[in-house]
Amino acid sequence: MTAAALLLTWSVLLAQLFLGLAMAFAAFRVLWGPRAQDRVLALDTLYVNGMMLLLTFGIRTGTTLYFEAALVIALLGFVSTSALAKFLMRGEVIE
Amino acid sequence: MTQAVAADLPIWAALPVALLLLLGAGLALTGTLGLLRLGSFYERVHAPTLGTTLGIGCVLIASMLYFSVLQTRPVLHEVLIAVFMTVTTPVTLMLLARAALYRDRREGSDQVPPPPPPPRGGQEEGPDGTTEEMAAMDRAELAERR
Repeated sequence: MTAAALLLTWSVLLAQLFLGLAMAFAAFRVLWGPRAQDRVLALDTLYVNGMMLLLTFGIRTGTTLYFEAALVIALLGFVSTSALAKFLMRGEVIE
Repeated sequence: MTQAVAADLPIWAALPVALLLLLGAGLALTGTLGLLRLGSFYERVHAPTLGTTLGIGCVLIASMLYFSVLQTRPVLHEVLIAVFMTVTTPVTLMLLARAALYRDRREGSDQVPPPPPPPRGGQEEGPDGTTEEMAAMDRAELAERR
């Protein structure tokens, strides 16, 4: 194994560990958040961290397949977070 | 699979890719740690933006560099995610902070500043000062939304 492959393998593994830990922290805040807005904020953080983890998987496997999944997560996450914020503000999403 | 793919990468490209990946993941971890540890919601809303702006920027630049060197052509479609995140993160967090402020004021919490004075002519005198003030704020917001 060359030095570049060794460096890349270990740094990708460490980045995945970091991101997994970050997702665990965000999941903790989703479950034990004292109020509803804390849970929504933690859900937002959770999907951003999951998107970064998918991009890291893309670098690990060398395929661009994971990019589409990351893009879909970004789009749906924006819609869901703004809908939940609207729900907290008004009590209904579509009025 | 990883070794077979990454073996094609020269060391001058592997080093910045590794550093940017570690920086991005570390920033995301720091931001989420802030989300876990900070005290109130209005402090916590600041912390994850570290990961959603700079962290994801670093990871996307690493991905762009990696695939560009690996396929020996410019691969730029990660710019889509970068632009989208830059546009949407302030919008969602401002919506969320406004919803939280509205909920705290509605509960009469003393941790948040009082609402701004209502516009001229919009206030009516009522027996209960607090609920009347809240109703005037609701009417002002509704008029603003129309």
